[in-house]
Amino acid sequence: MIYIFMFIAAVFVNNIVLSQFLGICPFLGVSKKINTATGMSGAVAFVLTLATIITWIVYTYLLAPYHLEYLQTVSFILVIASLVQLVEIVLKKISPALYQSLGVFLPLISTNCCILGVAILVIQKHYNLLESVVFAFSTAIGFGLALILFAGIREQLSLLKVPKGMQGMPVALLSAGLLALAFMGFSGIVKL
Amino acid sequence: MKKFGIILNGLVNENPTFVLMLGMCPTLATTTSAINGLGMGAATMFVLICSNLVISLLKNLIPDNVRIPSFIVVIATFVTLLEMIMKAYVPSLYESLGLFIPLIVVNCIVLGRAESFASKNNPFDSMLDGLGIGLGFTLALTLLGMVRELLGAGTFFGMTVFPDRYGALIFVLAPGAFITLAYLLAIINKIRKVS
Repeated sequence: MIYIFMFIAAVFVNNIVLSQFLGICPFLGVSKKINTATGMSGAVAFVLTLATIITWIVYTYLLAPYHLEYLQTVSFILVIASLVQLVEIVLKKISPALYQSLGVFLPLISTNCCILGVAILVIQKHYNLLESVVFAFSTAIGFGLALILFAGIREQLSLLKVPKGMQGMPVALLSAGLLALAFMGFSGIVKL
Repeated sequence: MKKFGIILNGLVNENPTFVLMLGMCPTLATTTSAINGLGMGAATMFVLICSNLVISLLKNLIPDNVRIPSFIVVIATFVTLLEMIMKAYVPSLYESLGLFIPLIVVNCIVLGRAESFASKNNPFDSMLDGLGIGLGFTLALTLLGMVRELLGAGTFFGMTVFPDRYGALIFVLAPGAFITLAYLLAIINKIRKVS
């Protein structure tokens, strides 16, 4: 039951993009079309879950026993960057079709702050491995939901007449604000 | 004069927030008050100047293939340093910025400047570029924080301007960040078109 609450909290209540402001760059950058948004969400879900597992293991069994907690930032970013490279190489060999659809987004992911952010959050909240995996996966779903919704809005937006000063980024940000406002309606649904 | 131009470039022509639209996560998340915005901007500026200097000094030693990972390690080192310094001297600011201090590592501005400026220019110019971009970022964050704080809580750098029951709480919460930035951007676009 606790895992279901965690899932709902991470997807709706504390949505990673709209209330925590992590991963804004891809949120604004690759949200012009629903197709690319879906691809990006898939890639993020995959890497985020994998990266959280590995960084959790690195922290718990390598850094914490030797009191090297201050190396957290350096080691996590290295793990994530090399993991992304590895995933890229493996995907290319094993599943060219998946690589075709996710490939372009993979290099972008290593500097996506939601990966590092979730890896650090999991450590800060003292989750165990299973909780970390659930948290990472549901965060990724929340990211995907926000990204795809926003892409849908932007597709519609491109058909509208917008005042000159507001064209492009300003109006996109404004609609993101309204989306965030809508997500605020979920606050208080679950208490953890 | 040319040196001054490098700083001005970061402040106006290539302002990271209002023109390049880089580093949006800390921009939106940490600007709940002017002081937080200023703190975040200064922290990023420190990392920018140091990493630009070191990367520019090392640019001939780093092989091209492992360029990006090496840059990230340099940046992460300075972020760790910064974390320790802030924890020791300004613990309250460190608390309120929280997660976003370690996340300076993945701030696209820092890596972007390393790649596009520091790896091609001499150390002194790179430092100035870090200073300019850092100032531009700080300015933008402080401005955004000021507007949000004033509208949301009715204070200006902590001083009460009007009683906070008249403040619109929404501007301190998440949606307010997007909305404030949208209107600031629109105003700045307008000014840039005119001049």
